[in-house]
Amino acid sequence: MQSMSPASHARPEPPVTRKPAKARRDPAPSRWAYRFHRMWLTPLYRSLLRVGLPTFLILTATGWYFSNPTNRYAIAEKVAELRQSVQSRPEFTVKLMSIDGATPVVDAAIRDLVSVDFPVSSFDLDLEAIQASVSGLDVIRDVSVRVRPGGVLEVKVAERKPAIIWRVGGNIELLDRTGHRVASLTERSVRADLPLIAGRGANDAVSEALAILDAAKPILPHLRGLVRMGERRWDVVLAQDQRVMLPERAPVAALEQVLALDEAQELLARDITHIDMRNPQRPTLRLAQPAVEELRRIRSLDRKGTEE
Amino acid sequence: MTELYEQQRAMRAMRKAAMQRGVIAILDIGTSKIGCLVLRFDGQDKVREGDGIGSLAGQSGFRVIGAATTRSRGVRFGEIDAMQETERAIRTAVQAAQKMANLRVDHVIASFSGAGPRSYGVAGEVEVEGSAVTENDIARVMASCDVPDFGEGREVLHAQPVNFALDHRSGLSDPRGQVGKRLAVDMHLLTVDSDTVRNAAYCIKRCDLELAGLASSSYAAGLSSLVEDEQELGAACIDMGGGATGVSIFMKKHMIFADGVRLGGDHVTSDISKGLQVPLAIAERIKTFYGGVVATGMDDREMIEIGGDSGDWEKDRRRVSRSELIGIMRPRVEEILEEVRARLDAAGFDHLPSQQIVLTGGASQIPGLDGLAPRILGQQVRIGRPLRVQGLPQAATGAAFASAVGLSLFAACPQDEWWDFDIPAESYPAKSLRWAVKWFKDNW
Repeated sequence: MQSMSPASHARPEPPVTRKPAKARRDPAPSRWAYRFHRMWLTPLYRSLLRVGLPTFLILTATGWYFSNPTNRYAIAEKVAELRQSVQSRPEFTVKLMSIDGATPVVDAAIRDLVSVDFPVSSFDLDLEAIQASVSGLDVIRDVSVRVRPGGVLEVKVAERKPAIIWRVGGNIELLDRTGHRVASLTERSVRADLPLIAGRGANDAVSEALAILDAAKPILPHLRGLVRMGERRWDVVLAQDQRVMLPERAPVAALEQVLALDEAQELLARDITHIDMRNPQRPTLRLAQPAVEELRRIRSLDRKGTEE
Repeated sequence: MTELYEQQRAMRAMRKAAMQRGVIAILDIGTSKIGCLVLRFDGQDKVREGDGIGSLAGQSGFRVIGAATTRSRGVRFGEIDAMQETERAIRTAVQAAQKMANLRVDHVIASFSGAGPRSYGVAGEVEVEGSAVTENDIARVMASCDVPDFGEGREVLHAQPVNFALDHRSGLSDPRGQVGKRLAVDMHLLTVDSDTVRNAAYCIKRCDLELAGLASSSYAAGLSSLVEDEQELGAACIDMGGGATGVSIFMKKHMIFADGVRLGGDHVTSDISKGLQVPLAIAERIKTFYGGVVATGMDDREMIEIGGDSGDWEKDRRRVSRSELIGIMRPRVEEILEEVRARLDAAGFDHLPSQQIVLTGGASQIPGLDGLAPRILGQQVRIGRPLRVQGLPQAATGAAFASAVGLSLFAACPQDEWWDFDIPAESYPAKSLRWAVKWFKDNW
């Protein structure tokens, strides 16, 4: 077989053949395409594939992901980090604490109590705990704690006003009008302006004591204090150890009776140790020893006089 | 015979199941196209008991929700010729219709035009058992019909009781409950080649569909194209399809005759192809664009570009006058119509009181056919289009869809056929329950 050289024209050019017509695409669906289409049109399959399968896949993927503890920790860390980054934003930082309505001593005490290192995120502040701890102080009557815009922890307090001094045991306590303890005193003379009460259970009847003291204004310079007797009634202790023993009921009225007597007959200026008003119908006086002797002497003189 | 009976009953059961589901597909296997409609039944007239066929000719109960057509493949003369090809075409049509309906259909009612339909009129007569006619009497009278020997390889496609007669009264549509002695029935049997039926059933089964009914397409075309008074007074419907032309004669709302001519529009196309030396696709295009059957002087001057891609300039540039084209088409159309005339004559159509003829099907759209047909078929000829049904796309309302639309009417309210009636008590096995009940009734 001779090799065909390009120059040789021994053979005629091959005739121009028409390209075979491209196989026309079959419009008919294949058997499996047809079946799949029919299956797809079945409502059950449709809902299963469109809802059930994605749900299943997502659940499986999440379950698988979370079943790995490393992933769980990573996510927890990420979340914590995110929280931290949000919480530590300057919008949320609390820079200082302002205390309203507190005396310097109380202010210092509160600052001592609420030991927060400023600046701090407002998310880290437990306002309720702060409020509870501040209101745990005896001197505080009312406290409201809030974070004011501008990063200020605002503590508004209302202090109890000491109204009375209560000597009990060896201590001297300051009480407010309701009988609640305000503070302790080291010396009575620190608050010489306040009246004194004593005796066990005196703090439970502070309002009564105050009423009695109010009524006892005319004799206030002589008044030493009130003593709660047997946790049920009051004794008014005056200078020179004079005592007015008030009844359990209506002590103010009894005291007023005594004061009226004093006004009319200068009762208290006399040599009397006790004015017993425990039965207001029958006030009883106890004289001092010299007076008793004097009385006896006068009476014996009287008797002699009549005998002669 | 019983095997077929069982098959038909099974199909009826399938149709009932489809009705309960509310969705059924219509498959018209034609020579030139395969059409698929998906019907949805809303169940409006399920409990309609009255006579007549209800509002909107009984089609108010359903709606077409999917329609698709595809070029038919592997079908010749209305019979399946290449199964795989046909199966593919059916799949294409069904898939497209399902896609449009967005619904899966499982049940399908099919029709085909070929298979050599042959009509038989059979009669039966029986003594009424009681005083009045019962369901069982009707079953018995139908069973008593002497079935003609229609030969090997034929199957009954339709067996419709057309007329009941009780004693001397004839023309009863429903003799139940009427008093009489002798009950007679006239039945119309339509047989087709069983191979064709089996092939169609197999094709449908291969597409994962259940066959819920079979009908002859000439019958279906008659249902949709003949208006009610034509069906009542008597008319013939000629369904000119691609590969076969169906003939059906209706009278008193029953089909009384059906036949088919194995000639159709495809033969016209092949004539053009041969006559003009062009491929079939071009011949089809020329036929649909310029075709006609009556030539006028104007047609001599109207030149048609034939076109083509043979590569030969001279060949692709040929022009023919329209009258030449008409000269090719007309003899073939005349031949078809003459064949139809022969079938009608054989059926004794001229003895019918009304001689109305309705031409329908894709080939009936040839311009000028309404002038040509009366010369061959008689004066009362009209070109018919199928009924409008709810939801049918505009593209599927043409004459070519007559049998598809008729099939949907057939699906909606099928005529009672022989297998819709009870099996007569005698033909049950001896120990059957019904027999026992009957014995109790008679003896207690």
